[in-house]
Formats: sequence, structure tokens, C-alpha cells
Amino acid sequence: MQSISQKRLVSGVILALLAMYILPNFIEYSTLSLLIIYAILALSLGLIWGFGGILCFGQAAFFGLGAYSYAVFAVNIGESSIPFILAILTPALFALILGAIMFYGKLSDVYLGVITLVVTLILFRFANSTAGPEYAIGKARLGGFNGMPNFHTLNVPGMPDVYIWDLDFYYVCFILLIICFISLYFLIKSSFGRICIAIGQNEQRIELIGYDVRKYKTIFFGIGGGLAGLAGALYASWAEIVTPGLFSLSQSAEIIIWCIVGGVGTLSGPILGAVILGLLKYYLGQQSLVDNNLVIGSILVLFVLFLPNGLSPALANLWVKITVKTKSRRPNTRRKKVSRAVRGIHNE
Amino acid sequence: MSNIILETHNLSMKFGGVVAVDNVDFTLRENELRCLIGPNGAGKSTFFKCITGLHKPSSGNIYIQGEETTHWHTHEISHLGIGIKTQVPNVMDGLSVWENIWLSARRYNDVKNANRRVDSVIERIKIGDIAKRLVGELAHGQRQRVELAIVLAADPWLVILDEPAAGMTGVDVEIMIDIIKEINRHAAMIIVEHDMQFIKSIADQVTVFYQGSILMEDNVDIVLADQRVRDVYLGRKV
Repeated sequence: MQSISQKRLVSGVILALLAMYILPNFIEYSTLSLLIIYAILALSLGLIWGFGGILCFGQAAFFGLGAYSYAVFAVNIGESSIPFILAILTPALFALILGAIMFYGKLSDVYLGVITLVVTLILFRFANSTAGPEYAIGKARLGGFNGMPNFHTLNVPGMPDVYIWDLDFYYVCFILLIICFISLYFLIKSSFGRICIAIGQNEQRIELIGYDVRKYKTIFFGIGGGLAGLAGALYASWAEIVTPGLFSLSQSAEIIIWCIVGGVGTLSGPILGAVILGLLKYYLGQQSLVDNNLVIGSILVLFVLFLPNGLSPALANLWVKITVKTKSRRPNTRRKKVSRAVRGIHNE
Repeated sequence: MSNIILETHNLSMKFGGVVAVDNVDFTLRENELRCLIGPNGAGKSTFFKCITGLHKPSSGNIYIQGEETTHWHTHEISHLGIGIKTQVPNVMDGLSVWENIWLSARRYNDVKNANRRVDSVIERIKIGDIAKRLVGELAHGQRQRVELAIVLAADPWLVILDEPAAGMTGVDVEIMIDIIKEINRHAAMIIVEHDMQFIKSIADQVTVFYQGSILMEDNVDIVLADQRVRDVYLGRKV
């Protein structure tokens, strides 16, 4: 497991803030917003899989639920603040219930994968079959295959007429990503986080110590669901339409691929994987020479074979090697000074 | 005579048609150190799993300090103040020795006290030199000691160990004997074990398991001199 010090966290956040201002000069901010939404979505799986050892094949279910919840509540309420919160809470609650069923039912990892996959398929089927007028929640018609357009997109809290879009929406997404990253950093450093990480490593030992593993896993799964819901709410606001495609299997598979390529067991890995592969998909989508699924699939195979730990740990190792080499090339005088200083402390 | 802290009544565990534990009545008193011995397949490990909640018994009852725990989950049994160590070192390989022990200390202490407790256990088990290393990098004997440290960090009043000397070298076994004797000053112990030399070094009372039942229960010297026990270990039918 890769851990980063608080110093690195601060420098990382400063770099991210710099990148936030520089990136729109090179890439369209609308594309950037989508990449950041993907990054938050990847973080949601990266958290529960990389740190809790819970491989969920249906993270798209929570993403889609977040998007649909936002759309439904936005249509009924007519502004975005409360729907935005509910769009996080609804999938989080759904994940808590699903998690409780799976973890209190003592399902093995294989069945956990199957159940999350099946739940996604059921939601996909259900969302597709809601074309009739009877499928409405309050004023919001679910719209079946065509999805739900025409809902209130993100606005400034308390000002329903002041919409957040274009560059402002990009900044909101970026800042939310930074907040998520910092929150998760402190979550995994907390006692709760350490216990969840330990559960991912050896569930039985944690049970033998006296922790209720089922409770911890359910809560951790719920947090992952809420995070995916946040990504879903942002996506709904970005796309201005929600469709059953959000629940698709390809969407779930993509999230897993982002995490594998970026590096499972790190917080930066899933972000890196989502941004790089999302960007690649965007560029590949502009041509018709090569099928983009073929390219993404090939990348996955190459990573599994040659870089199984993912991009982020590989880059971190490379950085360590470079800094160690640079340090070893420095003249010895400085090291002597340091050792003298250390001796001085000991002599005192 | 001191109080009974653990007892089983007619405890049985069946796997399909195989009876692994057959109507076992067992009693453990305060500060006692009891060794459970027997040949392979005698049912001692299954009995260990039943009393620690890792298996749900088919019938019978388990009482710990008078409270029925027959169908309790492992974490609930552990929460009573019972330290459990399984046969294969059950540790978190990706975490450091310190972190492994901290997780156990944190269960019953706030962060500050947990840190203090970890340091004191590390000193007690004499693993200060490996405290910062990843457990996955350690040798088998060191991992066994780390797991024992995890168990002790929770300050248990009853420690149940399944083959703590399994796979250990001579020096490691000596260290383990000292540690067990030291633990027994503060806590009662049940130790499932094969190694007769090891049992002789630590045990006073021994329970012999054979074909899922208790064959005999007595002082270690009497048990080891008993012809039936010798026959059982040599694979003869009793």
C-alpha cells in the first residue's frame, strides 16, 4: 500500500490548484469537467477496492443512482442544492442497504462481485423500461430509454437563477475533487480507515481482534456509494440529461480499468487512470480508424502484464530512484556536515 | 478451588456425516494453563474453532464466565477479553509490525493509550528490532511472535492459542515458551499443540483428544506416561 506524507499532500494540493488554472489553456474545460467527474467516480471504487479490499463490479449503479436522484429531485424541487445533497445520500443509503445484505450475509468475494454486477443490470433494465407516463416520481418522468432531460442544473446555493456552468462548473468540479481527495486521505489515516485497510488485508484477524467486520465493511461500502453518487450528480449537471446508459456494464468495467491502470491501493492512481484513459477515449472518439474499446482493452492487458501495480506506484518508484540518484551524486561535504550536526545533538 | 471461566456441555460439531467433535464436556478454571493434545484429526482444532466462534457447533453449549456464547460471533467472543491466535500466522502482511499491534490495542483504548500499549507489548515480546518492518517480510517464527503481540495488546484474561510453536526453530520455541509462561502469570490459557517437548515445558494439566472425544484429562506427566495416549500417538486403536 502506498502512503503519502502530509507534506506531499500539501505540495500535491498546491500542484493540483496550479494545474486547475493551467489546464484550460490546453484542453477544453467541458472535457476537463468530465474527466474530473470520472476521477471522482474512480476514487469511489479506488477507496473501497484499493483500501477495503471490496471489489465492486457495479460501481456504475451508484453513479447512475446519483445522477437519476439529482435529476428527479431537481425537477421536483426546482433548484440544485438539496437535490445535490440527496443525490449523494440516496446512493449512499442504497449502498449501505446492499452492503448490509452482502456483508451480514457473509458472502464471499466472488458472490459479492456477482451481486453488484446483477444489481447494475437490474437497474439498467429497469431504467430502460420506464418509458410510460406511469413511471414518474412527482413531476419527474423517468423517460425510459430516452432518459430524463430538462432538469435544473447546478446553481449557486440559495440562488436558483444563477447557474454554475462552463468555466465555473469546471472549477467547482476540480475543487470538489480536491476536497474528496483530502477527505479520503484523512479518512484512511483515521482509526476507522486503518481498520478498514486491515480488513482488506486480513478479515479474520480483525474479527479475532474483536472488531465487527460486517459493520465496518458496510459503512466503507456506503461511503464509496456516496462518492459515486456525487460523481453522478455532477455528471447529470454536466450532461444536462440522464440516461440508462449510466448503469451500463461498460461503465462499470471502465471504472475498474481506470483503477487497475492508475494503481489500486493508492488515492492518486484511480484519478490518474480516469483522467488519462478518459482523455484517450475522448481523442479516440474523434477518429474512426481504430475502435476505442480495442485500444482501452489492449492498454489494460499491457498494464496487467507489465505494470500490474499501476501507473501511480510506478511513477512514485521512479521518483524515488531519481531523487536517490541525485542525492548520491551530491558532494560528500554536505553529508559530513549533517552527520556532524547529528553527532552534535547526541553529544549534547 | 478457583472459578470456572469456560465450560462446554455435550459440545458436538458435525461436517456432513463426519463427527469432528463428539459430546465434549470441558472445563477451564481461572489462571489455568491447559494443553489440548491429540493426533491429527482428533478434533482439537475444531474444538478450538467452536469455542472461538469460528465454527458454529452442531449441538451442545459453550459458557464463558457463566454467559452462553454458543452462537456468538468471533468478534463478540473476543470482545469479552479473550485473545485468540490461529494455527497459521494470521497477520496483516501489508502493514508494519507496529500497525498490526496498534489495531488490536486501539480496540479497547483511545489513540494515546493504544500507542503506549503497543510500545509496552513490543518490549514484552522483544520485537523492537522488527517493529517498523512489514509483517509480510518476516520469517515464520517472527510472524508467530507478532501475532502473539497482537493478541496481548488487547490485554486478554483468557488466551487461546492454536499450535503456537508450529514451524518454529529451536531458538524461537525457547522464546515462545518464555512468553507463554509470562502470559500465564496474568491470564488463563488454552493451548492446542502437537509437540510433546513443548507441552512438557509449559503444561501442567493436559486434555487428550481422540476421535472427537476427550480420551483423558490429567497432569502432564501422568498423561504422557499413559499407554493409551502412546498408542493413540503411534496410530494404534484404543
